[in-house]
Amino acid sequence: MSSQTAQTIIALIAEQALLQPSDLDAETRLADLGLDSLAMVEIIFALEETFDIAIPFNANEPGKGEFDLSSIGAIIAAVEGLVSQKAA
Amino acid sequence: MKRVVITGAGTINALGLNVPDTLAAFAAGQCGIGPLDIPDVDRLSVRIGAQVKGWQATDHFDLRGLSLYDRMTQFALWSARQAVEQSGLQFDTALQDRAGVVLGTAGGGLNTTDDSYRAVYAEGKNRVHPLTVPRLMANAGVSHVSMTYGLRGPCFTVSTACASSNHAMGLAFQMVRAGTAPVMLTGGSEAMLCFGGLKAWEGLRVMSSDACRPFSANRSGMVQGEGAAVFVFEDRDHALARGAKILAEVVGFSMCSDAHDVVMPAPEGAMRAMRGALADAGLSPAQVGYINAHGTGTAANDRSEAAAIGAAFGPDAPLVSSTKSAHGHIIGGTGAVELLACLMALRDGIIAPTLGFQKPDPDCPLDVVPNVARRAQVEVALSNAFAFGGLNAVLAIARAD
Repeated sequence: MSSQTAQTIIALIAEQALLQPSDLDAETRLADLGLDSLAMVEIIFALEETFDIAIPFNANEPGKGEFDLSSIGAIIAAVEGLVSQKAA
Repeated sequence: MKRVVITGAGTINALGLNVPDTLAAFAAGQCGIGPLDIPDVDRLSVRIGAQVKGWQATDHFDLRGLSLYDRMTQFALWSARQAVEQSGLQFDTALQDRAGVVLGTAGGGLNTTDDSYRAVYAEGKNRVHPLTVPRLMANAGVSHVSMTYGLRGPCFTVSTACASSNHAMGLAFQMVRAGTAPVMLTGGSEAMLCFGGLKAWEGLRVMSSDACRPFSANRSGMVQGEGAAVFVFEDRDHALARGAKILAEVVGFSMCSDAHDVVMPAPEGAMRAMRGALADAGLSPAQVGYINAHGTGTAANDRSEAAAIGAAFGPDAPLVSSTKSAHGHIIGGTGAVELLACLMALRDGIIAPTLGFQKPDPDCPLDVVPNVARRAQVEVALSNAFAFGGLNAVLAIARAD
């Protein structure tokens, strides 16, 4: 896991959750952060803009996409996957 | 208090360029959703929509009109022309002084805005079309309908996102009922299927990339459409005195706000709006035979709306369908096009189906008339519209007696 990528992701999720980055780690589950639907689309947008990737996500089928949003660790892994696909 | 009747109707949408074609498509279960054909579609992640096909503005407007009318205004004018023709109204000076126009639109002349921004930002031009401002203003459709028929009474545009045309028709109803105007042309128009318009919607992650499946357990979001519908709302005594054919009677209207969340609907607000429309009409829930649902096909709306219908009507809810599955979500014009399905239910006894329905959702325990139109005798129909911003507007219309 690239620690720079992880730190960036944790920072932008913390901002939307109105928390400090130190409050979050890879085990943190998104469902526990009290994020509303607007915060979720803002996080997706921030990840896409920051890493220049396209994340498959439909708010109507949040569990259906191949992009795992369940925990911060899962998000970091999924973003790294998309970034490496882009490089390949 | 005057009684208010509908004496004319006109439309343009993905199902047809007039009312008979649209109703025939409803009855046949046809779907107007397909691949989008617009500039830069390859840069969109959602590439389907319910586009108007076969519309040639050059067949209907002169050179000055073509340079002045955004697509939204073209749709409004074309729909108004059909409605006025059907009504048989002759606007003499006395009627022109009092008759008015109130239409809904959410995006105004959005294609014009999009074109002008593309010219200056993307193409590096330092000049846009000289009539850009009068084309893009949200009241352009209303003003051109007013000028076309010389209507000098109350004329204005209502913009409340997806409830725009229901709010517009509700206000027109109230003005005719109160005796403010004997005749109002009312409805809504929208033309948002351009690159910038769709890009904005993509960001919310609520659009489906395959189909609109309202109330189906596997629904995947909304699909955008475009178009308009315009109706003639008329004082019943005025209509009877001139021997007009009455299509239906407008009997109730209610509007309210959730004051809750800017995108997530609250069932309580939708329920209050439906109950309010019935109270305004002096009707009981049992008298309603059909509800044209807001039914966007999003997870959030359909669950909330089903709960609201359950709360307002109990276990014996009337037939419900969402025609957005056929003509797409026409945003500020959608309530007007959907009122046509209510007219069809009342006049022809045919309920337009909810298309794309594949799997019942336990959260939406309603008879949504899945996929195939159904015959039913309907005396009263409700038309729901629940906008982003939590603004609710429900109309009640009844079979002409």
